[in-house]
Amino acid sequence: MSDALWMPARFAVLALFFAGVVSLSDWPRHRSVPEGVGVVTLSFSHGADRRAACRPATEEELARLPPNMRRPEICPRERPSITVEFEIDGKRVFEADVPPSGIASDGPSRVNRSFELPAGSYELVVRMRDRPGDDFNWQGAKTVDLRAADHRVIDFRADGGGFVFH
Amino acid sequence: MTAARPVERRNDRAALRFAKAGLRRLYDPLERGAERLFSPALNPVAQLGTITFFLFWVVAVSGVYLFIFFDTGVVNAYSSVEWISGPHWYHAGVMRSLHRYASDLMVVTMVLHLLREFSLDRYRGTRWFSWFTGVPLIWFLYVSGITGYWLVWDELAQYVAVVSAKLLDVFPIFGEPLARNFLTPAHLSGRFFSLLVFLHIAIPLILLLGMWIHIQRISRPRTNPPRLLAALVLAALVAVSLWKPALSQGPADLTKVPDEIGIDWFYLPLYPLAEDWGAWSLWALMVGVSTMLAAMPWLPPFRRPPAAEIDLPNCNGCNRCVEDCPYEAIRLVPRTDDEPFPHQAEVDPDLCVSCGICMGSCPSSTPFRRQQDLKTGIDLPGQPLSEVRDSVVAASAGLSGERRVMVLACEHGAGGGDLGGVVAFPCVAMVPPSLIDFILSKDLADGVVVAGCSESTCYNRLGVEWTKQRFAGERDPYLRKRVPRERLATIWASPFETGRYEAEKAAFAAGLPAQAARKPAAAQGGDKAMEAQP
Ligand code: HEM
Ligand code: SF4
Ligand code: SF4
Repeated sequence: MSDALWMPARFAVLALFFAGVVSLSDWPRHRSVPEGVGVVTLSFSHGADRRAACRPATEEELARLPPNMRRPEICPRERPSITVEFEIDGKRVFEADVPPSGIASDGPSRVNRSFELPAGSYELVVRMRDRPGDDFNWQGAKTVDLRAADHRVIDFRADGGGFVFH
Repeated sequence: MTAARPVERRNDRAALRFAKAGLRRLYDPLERGAERLFSPALNPVAQLGTITFFLFWVVAVSGVYLFIFFDTGVVNAYSSVEWISGPHWYHAGVMRSLHRYASDLMVVTMVLHLLREFSLDRYRGTRWFSWFTGVPLIWFLYVSGITGYWLVWDELAQYVAVVSAKLLDVFPIFGEPLARNFLTPAHLSGRFFSLLVFLHIAIPLILLLGMWIHIQRISRPRTNPPRLLAALVLAALVAVSLWKPALSQGPADLTKVPDEIGIDWFYLPLYPLAEDWGAWSLWALMVGVSTMLAAMPWLPPFRRPPAAEIDLPNCNGCNRCVEDCPYEAIRLVPRTDDEPFPHQAEVDPDLCVSCGICMGSCPSSTPFRRQQDLKTGIDLPGQPLSEVRDSVVAASAGLSGERRVMVLACEHGAGGGDLGGVVAFPCVAMVPPSLIDFILSKDLADGVVVAGCSESTCYNRLGVEWTKQRFAGERDPYLRKRVPRERLATIWASPFETGRYEAEKAAFAAGLPAQAARKPAAAQGGDKAMEAQP
């Protein structure tokens, strides 16, 4: 048979193979969270207060420093950890001492956690301590109505009044 | 010595040997079927590397076209793509489909190409370079595709963003975690999106550079498929693009989770795994597999046969072996002895795969020479010309009957496993054409079968072409005109085609004029076999 007569068959074989490949380019579909579930994400960057770890310098320490570097307080380079608690409907779902980031441990502490929850109404409470002491000096609370496939985010802005519920 | 040389058995790990044999069992019928339908020259299964190159160009051209209409800001990216696939489906939309589907096919042809090179054992010893440089191409191709899906900024893009961030945020490379760029609509960062646009152009360019490096160690690399095959591939691509246009999924919405999406299983198969396993396990898997792949060429045991060697007194620097070597292992260098030629050949043993093709191309490789210690300009120490001549004479002694057929076989083809009257070579292009003349004119056989491996898939690259051209008198060294062509047959058959090989050999033997019917050959008898060529 002449070569030209084979062309349609060659084309058909390639097209059929390509059709198979193309079908897998968006099928089968993938579910990343179960049906009827929404997600709450707690995500923020915040550096604990370095000054809180400062202490008065002793006489000897001051004497060892060159005169132009003598400050009444000695402050460490590293930031302390922050402490975070997150409660959903009164149940503690997350609590941690989050260390600072960075090789010199002088970067902010970072939290990025997601929680899958069935659709419904939830009481969210988040607390954070960024200085020594026992009490949480930052707190945010909100009742959210989470629908299926909703994504709610809790961020934090020290200069914006604290926790922000998006 | 009549049987084919025993195949080296302990030159590979058992598991890998079985894996290769198993893959050959799958590939061979595919290759043979495609060879029949497409003809050996157009066989797509033998052109997987070149087709991948061609698909790259399709992706590049369609990508440039799409870029004209694509809005590179995160706010309008989605709507510009909708415009492409909506009102302008007939030009930009088709280009979008070509762009996506050619990319998908690149993954498929690349993986098939990788598995095929593995099954043919073409990655060990001095062949390591192409394999080793192939591994980064997998990464570059994937990063190219993933950044591409990200740019559409639809639900799938959002999913890609979320999971990619999860993967990348385990490394402290970005000041702020990447995930925070896609937290809420208020966090969405145009700057990061611009970086993505840049990456989606830069990484494919690096891929192209990598593809170019990938083929540097082989001579006459083919990067373009035959035009007709390219046209068929393009036509089929356009057809599927019209049949199932590539479309976006709903627009990205950061107040929602992309809970159910259509995933491109070629580019994103590991993303669902990343969700399940976590980032570290997935990185371990990806880096582990890549390292293993990259290290495979050096996995023991591998005993390589010795490289080709030059014999200066027999080399006149004619350049034929340089032309014919498939791995650029030979070059001409200024003469170092007193012979009146400007050049001599030099072999780089680190590049030589010991295919013997150079021995077959050297004009000094003629068995008619009288010397006791037969030498040639370039020879394989593992199977030198003198041994080849002895093997042929010995094989002749084992032949009997009216129609004696001697087989000169490639050890990678069907003839390599044949018994009786067979001399096997690493490649049939190692056979100097004068050897056939020698066998027939010295009446060592009534007919000669040159049994190569399969026609479209020369194990050593180029061997099939050189053999055909030498026999047709189109390439030095020619098969002399005086060799009666009806007493020579060429059979291209893979190791799985022993049936066809036997049938063609039998048909050839049956068609040979019986000994008695032929005029007595010019020279007969063993004692004259070493006579000088007239
Ligand atoms: C973008 C992806 C790739 C492209 C476009 C590509 C293309 C090519 C081309 C054009 C050739 C030359 C074929 C010839 O002329 O004989 C080749 C050879 C080869 N490729 Fe690739 N390749 C790709 C990926 C890979 C990968 C991932 C591997 C394996 C890890 C690989 C392994 C090889 C080997 C071992 C050879 C040499 C075979 C020999 O020595 O004869 N390639 N490739
Ligand atoms: S045997 Fe000869 S032709 Fe083959 S790779 Fe080595 S130098 Fe090149
Ligand atoms: S083909 Fe033979 S003579 Fe010519 S350059 Fe090579 S080794 Fe020398």
